[in-house]
Amino acid sequence: MQSTARDFKHNAGAALADANLQDSLAKLKVGFSERRRQAAERLPEFEALRDAARDIKNHALAHLDFYLEEFERKVTALGGHVHWAPTAEDARRIITELCRSVGARTIAKSKSMISEEIGINAHLEAAGIAPIETDLGEYIIQLRHEPPSHIIAPAVHLTKDQVAGTFVEHHGPLGFTRRLTERQDLVAEARHVLRQKFLDADVGLTGANFLVAETGSSMLVTNEGNADLSNTLPKMHIVLASIEKVIPTLEDAAVLLRVLARSATGQESSTYTTINTGPRRTGDLDGPAHYHVVILDNGRSSVLGTEMQDMLRCIRCGACMNHCPVYGAIGGHAYGWVYPGPIGSVLTPQLIGVEEASNLPNASTFCGRCESVCPVRIPLPGLMRHWREREFERHLTPKGVRQGLALWGFLARRPKLYRRVTGWANRVLALFGRGEGRYASLPLAAGWTRFRDFPAPPAGGTFHAQWARHGGARTRP
Amino acid sequence: MSDTANAARAQVLDGIRRSLRRGPLAGPAREAVEARLAAPVRGPSVARARLPQPQKVALFCQWAETNNATVARVAPTEVAAEVSAYLARNNLPAQAAMAPSPLLDRYDWASQKMLALRRGRGEGDDQVSITGAFAGIAETGTLVTVSGPDHPVSLNLLPDTHVVVVREDDIVAGYEDVWARLRERYGKDVLPRTVNTITGPSRTGDIEQAMELGAHGPRRMHVLVVHE
Ligand code: SF4
Repeated sequence: MQSTARDFKHNAGAALADANLQDSLAKLKVGFSERRRQAAERLPEFEALRDAARDIKNHALAHLDFYLEEFERKVTALGGHVHWAPTAEDARRIITELCRSVGARTIAKSKSMISEEIGINAHLEAAGIAPIETDLGEYIIQLRHEPPSHIIAPAVHLTKDQVAGTFVEHHGPLGFTRRLTERQDLVAEARHVLRQKFLDADVGLTGANFLVAETGSSMLVTNEGNADLSNTLPKMHIVLASIEKVIPTLEDAAVLLRVLARSATGQESSTYTTINTGPRRTGDLDGPAHYHVVILDNGRSSVLGTEMQDMLRCIRCGACMNHCPVYGAIGGHAYGWVYPGPIGSVLTPQLIGVEEASNLPNASTFCGRCESVCPVRIPLPGLMRHWREREFERHLTPKGVRQGLALWGFLARRPKLYRRVTGWANRVLALFGRGEGRYASLPLAAGWTRFRDFPAPPAGGTFHAQWARHGGARTRP
Repeated sequence: MSDTANAARAQVLDGIRRSLRRGPLAGPAREAVEARLAAPVRGPSVARARLPQPQKVALFCQWAETNNATVARVAPTEVAAEVSAYLARNNLPAQAAMAPSPLLDRYDWASQKMLALRRGRGEGDDQVSITGAFAGIAETGTLVTVSGPDHPVSLNLLPDTHVVVVREDDIVAGYEDVWARLRERYGKDVLPRTVNTITGPSRTGDIEQAMELGAHGPRRMHVLVVHE
């Protein structure tokens, strides 16, 4: 996928002006986040489980090579195959070759963020193989030729009326010409249309929420059942997973599953959690004859052992974006690449380069809500700060900001001058009035006041002035 | 493995080791992780399901219903009649695809003269399926099924209505108890092709975050909890 992360400011402006998008985003607060809060409250062990989840992922990352080899050994013993893909290009080539080996014409795809990351769909289409997205949200955006705007609800930016319009346009030729008004009917129509596609597909391509080293299993968590149809009906099942998905044991999976569903949608458990291990066995009446796992690195191994390693704990629940005021205002597309929201601001610079994505770590108010809900306790604001520092070191910060910071640094090292300048600024601002406690517009600061108020300075002068008046550091309460 | 495949494998694993600033795990460090794999440690246990068996069964039923399944508690002699009655209550045809499982064969299907059963895998136009379950999880009202000649996975997914028969004795507290039973049946480190854990009917929150039932899997799930 071509990144538009460079255009973040422009994208964000357009998003704020999009009425349909704003309608959809308004539902985030009452939807996923409220349900997550209730689910967390219902489970007294939730915080302890989050600690355990963090520790499990840290342990797995510290022994990643060992667990991946162990996983590979178990898969191979059962007649499955593991393929290693250092880069996105390698993964695309491996998957295309596998599809060709069974003469695949269509493949049933179950939502996978990594498949978006490597842009597999365009590649398969170019090879004459039709990938069909089967997760309802992914299906909708595939019809609309849009990228996902959320990692677990890819079509969350759309209203049901927009979905209805898309269905009339694409299902009309199949005989569904009525414009639907109820969500239930939209779901039923998509189910009907996709059922035949499942039955016809030659290959099922899914992601994995976890790879279990103990048993050589891939685990998939969904609500719709589309991933299960994808890994049951076609003759080949291909699992695409990145290196950090491997965990040691089924017991570890139990801990992670308990925090995943609750953090994502506020459900006690997702409807389907499926553990697949190898191809169809002797005597089985269904299931794929071929089982392949493609393990993708794509730059992740270089994050290990650095101050950014914590990002690899992510279990892609989406809670950080559901709770992010910036995401809530502009939605996922404005971030310009595959992963939006706080985790996107941390991952994207890693995956496509800080030059391309330098705006994203700045798209944060540092309010800390993302970190406070993350099931594996990733210090997202801290990681964004690391990126900002690297960006500054590499001189990628805009000139205005660099000059402002340089000026502030100059003053801060000269306390007398600093006090004189801030006292003067305080008096000048006072000339514009401080009645409301804020300014809706200020000369020379339109870039700020166009979108938000500027706080008025306190009536009693600068902090330094008030501090001195109150006796400063000499008085103790 | 081809040379390219070997090189790719080495590239990924060496990259990981370089970042972790060590070679392949060896000695005591390796023994420690091997021990962790051999004897898995359980995470924090969830108190709400640590109950005597009858209350565990009740909790299972309660959560299954909360998650939009319907539940009937029956004796073994009532199983077949309850299936017929359920289909009639919901205006469903008196025919079903049933898992070819010896456990299900113990029930008195012959008593239901009007009920037409086909034993085998699921087909794209099946309306109703009947399967057993390997276990039930009280903590969340979740059913666990394992694939095999006696349980084709397609029966869990393709029909509009999934009728599941689970024995009270097979209802356990949490996932960890299911893993223990799986190891007992299949051996440590070995699993059947598919273990499905299913919590209620299929659903989607993909349109406006509102949960709608019946996305791709069954629209309805009816659970018969059998007291033996
Ligand atoms: S960073 Fe945390 S909250 Fe965000 S998607 Fe990943 S696991 Fe979920």
